[in-house]
Amino acid sequence: MNQLSANHLLYLLIAAEWTVVLSLIAFAGGSVLGLAIALMRVSKLGVLRGIASGYIQLIQGTPLLILLFLSYFGLGIIGLKLVPLVAAGISLTLYAGAFLGEIWRGCIEAVPKTQWEASDCLGLNRVQQYAYVILPQATRIAIPPTVGFMVQIVKNTSLASVIGFVELARAGQIVNNSTFEPFAIFSCVAAIYFALCYPLSVASRYLERKAHAGR
Amino acid sequence: MSYKFDFAFMAERWPDFVAGAWLTVQLTVLAIALGFALGTLCALARVYGGPVLRRLVGAYVEAIRNTPLLIQIFIVYFGLSSLGLKLSADVSAVIALTVNMGAYSTEIMRAGIQSVQRTQLEAADCLGLTRLQTILHVVLLPAMERVYPALSSQFVLLMLASSITSQISVEELTATASLVQSDTYRSFEVYLVVAVVYLALSALYRFAFWLIGLGLFERKRRLGTPL
Repeated sequence: MNQLSANHLLYLLIAAEWTVVLSLIAFAGGSVLGLAIALMRVSKLGVLRGIASGYIQLIQGTPLLILLFLSYFGLGIIGLKLVPLVAAGISLTLYAGAFLGEIWRGCIEAVPKTQWEASDCLGLNRVQQYAYVILPQATRIAIPPTVGFMVQIVKNTSLASVIGFVELARAGQIVNNSTFEPFAIFSCVAAIYFALCYPLSVASRYLERKAHAGR
Repeated sequence: MSYKFDFAFMAERWPDFVAGAWLTVQLTVLAIALGFALGTLCALARVYGGPVLRRLVGAYVEAIRNTPLLIQIFIVYFGLSSLGLKLSADVSAVIALTVNMGAYSTEIMRAGIQSVQRTQLEAADCLGLTRLQTILHVVLLPAMERVYPALSSQFVLLMLASSITSQISVEELTATASLVQSDTYRSFEVYLVVAVVYLALSALYRFAFWLIGLGLFERKRRLGTPL
């Protein structure tokens, strides 16, 4: 049996880089999808609103773990190689897109109605209204909850371990298999996750306080 | 793409899925009830407790909310057993889910409790209510009514998150899916079925919490408006 050593900790830290990479992929993909979903949710067209809210209901009503399995095995069905990073990236993107879409819809709706009316009076078209008037203001409202949601993304990347993607949680299991000191190892893993997430939580709270003070 | 979907396994294996879903319900109802009780106590401690107690509760909430549930489950199941405290997978799952639920409901209930105005407490004092009566009727119930939407969506999220307990071989819905797919090799179909079952379960939970809310909050039932 191996003794828990500095090398093991180094291995965990290297794996933590993959947690960060996967989080960034999920956040980037989720942002694009989330923006589309949010805009569809506030669209004038009932069909688009329906599709977007159906999508949100669907994703928020199924566990991310099942989503991971579906995209992992689904890739095989459409004849692609089963690459855990791709499957994890896709499912986390779908997941983040639904939640960010719902958060951002709230932020868009929080922009006062008078801003819409004023920009109507100025003769801006719908695209200009969004680009110059609504979204810049909605972005300011959206920053605190978005940073808060990033904590969820980082934590949920741990589920990618079940389809064999070696990130922090999987690395913890691997080290545990060779040293068998689960309490120490998983506490280390938890501490690394905490070090990643806690600054985001604090930042989210700070930004929220600042946003409220400004009003 | 020439994949043929085949759900024939359902004819034979549906009792497995029902059993798995039933265990999911049992685990989560237990964890929600215990976790909510724990969270409420912690929230009271966080608002009315002394500085040491407040700090302790704060540390608990931050520690749980900033680490993944998967790792929490591993620490309870593998970690505690290596320290000599051997727990079955089911018990470990309930403990981990309860501790997790407790932290989230602490934060939610704290927001509710802090929204109860001081004058309400003074009025309760004047009416001669005991401390326990005040906490129950003047603080907790109105606090819960205010944060009930957030609370019930957190409960549904916990039900979905309970799928993670399959990783320590708790035979709930997701673990059932893994078992059936390894027998039938119909992975995609199996997880599709389970996804639909989870969707149905979350609709069921939402409906149940709506009913509980109606029963609990008399004012809302009579006037139809939130507090």
